[in-house]
Amino acid sequence: MGELLRRYGKGLTTLAIALTAFWLLMLVIFPYLDLFEQSFRPYLPAVDIGGPKDVYSLNNYYTFINGEPIFTIPILGIGPSIHTWVFLVTIFYSCVVTVFALLICYPLAYYLAKIIQPKSLPSYLLLLVIPMWVSELLRSFSWFVLLAFKGPLTVILQTLGIITDPVHWTWGLGGYAGIIIGLSYSYILFMLFPLYNAMSSLDTNQIEASEDLGAKWWQTHWRVIVPHSKPGIASGCVTVFMLSVGSILVPTLLASPSSRWFTEIIQQWMFEGQDWNTGAAYAFLLLIVCTIFVTLMMRLFKVGLADIAK
Amino acid sequence: MAAKTSHKVLRFYSILFLVYMLLPLAVMGGAAFNDSRFPSIMPWQGFTWRWFIELYNDSTLWGASFNTLLTALAVVALSVPIGTAGALLVNSLKGRSRTLLYATMIAPVLTPGAVIGISTFLFWYHFNVQAGLHLSALGQTSFIAAYVMLMVLARLQSFDAGLEEAALDLGASHWQMLKRVLLPHLYPALGAGAVLAFFQSVENFNTTLFTRGSQQTLMVYVGSKVRSGITPTINALAMIIIAITVISAVAYEIKRRREVARLAAIDTP
Repeated sequence: MGELLRRYGKGLTTLAIALTAFWLLMLVIFPYLDLFEQSFRPYLPAVDIGGPKDVYSLNNYYTFINGEPIFTIPILGIGPSIHTWVFLVTIFYSCVVTVFALLICYPLAYYLAKIIQPKSLPSYLLLLVIPMWVSELLRSFSWFVLLAFKGPLTVILQTLGIITDPVHWTWGLGGYAGIIIGLSYSYILFMLFPLYNAMSSLDTNQIEASEDLGAKWWQTHWRVIVPHSKPGIASGCVTVFMLSVGSILVPTLLASPSSRWFTEIIQQWMFEGQDWNTGAAYAFLLLIVCTIFVTLMMRLFKVGLADIAK
Repeated sequence: MAAKTSHKVLRFYSILFLVYMLLPLAVMGGAAFNDSRFPSIMPWQGFTWRWFIELYNDSTLWGASFNTLLTALAVVALSVPIGTAGALLVNSLKGRSRTLLYATMIAPVLTPGAVIGISTFLFWYHFNVQAGLHLSALGQTSFIAAYVMLMVLARLQSFDAGLEEAALDLGASHWQMLKRVLLPHLYPALGAGAVLAFFQSVENFNTTLFTRGSQQTLMVYVGSKVRSGITPTINALAMIIIAITVISAVAYEIKRRREVARLAAIDTP
């Protein structure tokens, strides 16, 4: 505080603190705390708020685990409710998308950071900026167009004689094929750019030293490049997972009759059910999942929060 | 020799990735010109401008675009000063308090947009602030300010605090120092931050969906159209957005090449 006053004087310091306080208190901390608090209250008509019925309970969270089990685990005799199941499935497929994006991007990031001709790199990155900037909506819509029943992909494959009957592409993989394809495409660049940034800060001499000392190519990657890229890997994974788990557009556009995403249930509570408190509880669960994921990544890769978001 | 082969494979892989990223957009854009009721390029029914004309006549779309523009300008006006103030604070702190402040600032970046939207909506409801564009702007600012903060903070690393002291020693007031020394150094970051904030706001869907009330923004309107019945007018809009992006990218590239050529010209005596 002393340094602030000395550098910027009273007026400026007050202004900076006021602006930051407005941001962090009114737009971040209080809304999050409020979400947490609201999630323990019942949903009541306006007249009953603050009345005798307005008491804290775990009912909204009970709604999440309660309900007909959609299958029962043998021996235990219990099973997940539909909401719990959708929640788990959403997390599972988001992890799948994250791992998939990492595997696709790693070699590419390495190529862009260490091998490509320095002259062609800016043009290559610029071409990638196009899908990045046309918006998430259009990225997912493009796959809606491609994968449509009797759409371009079907017609091409039919013309080539690979398939004869039209295929419901989005119905594959238990009904989640379309969503996985859409999420991967929509968010893959959020994996590529942090990975690339991390790798390009690695001194190429270290790679050469490793090779000169007789390391096989995979040893060089495992012992030199991957450890150096940890902040990028963690950052990319966190972003892709968070965007996937919280995606609304992709699961809507590329849905199949048997796919359900957790954000769809949240929307039901907020818009159709008009039960904002249960909606708050479900949103809070989503927030917890993301927090756990960030913590796991920080532990796994031994990086700080500052490395993840830069 | 083996290394050369692997480089070739990687090169091929990088081109394949580019095709993967760009081909879906090309197909989507191409479908805007197909005279078919469905947004597809196959079967090709003949060339038409029809979908662009229908798009032009869609008055809701114009209203939604105007709303998007208003919201984006509000987000820029809020998040640039807030993000800058945040960066100055973080930069002058050390140790624990810095880590804590920094973590709080980037928490919204790591939070799903739906959660930000719902918490913003519920919180302001207590103050009788109904949902609407103003609330969308506030919700978006909570995480877009963090992007600005990160950009300004990066720029502050290259700032020589000695200049600040010199200005103050020579009798400048703190405001004069800000205006003449600090802000000019930060301008590139502020400009880039403003552009980023603008486009982040325009493309935002998740946070806006829960805070907009009954107002339409471009993305929410198109998103709802996609659900209710898709016509190739969306492809026409997509084509326009792609064209704008490509033109900006090309303009940027030309500018960059000129800069490279200029620097090369200076280097050679």
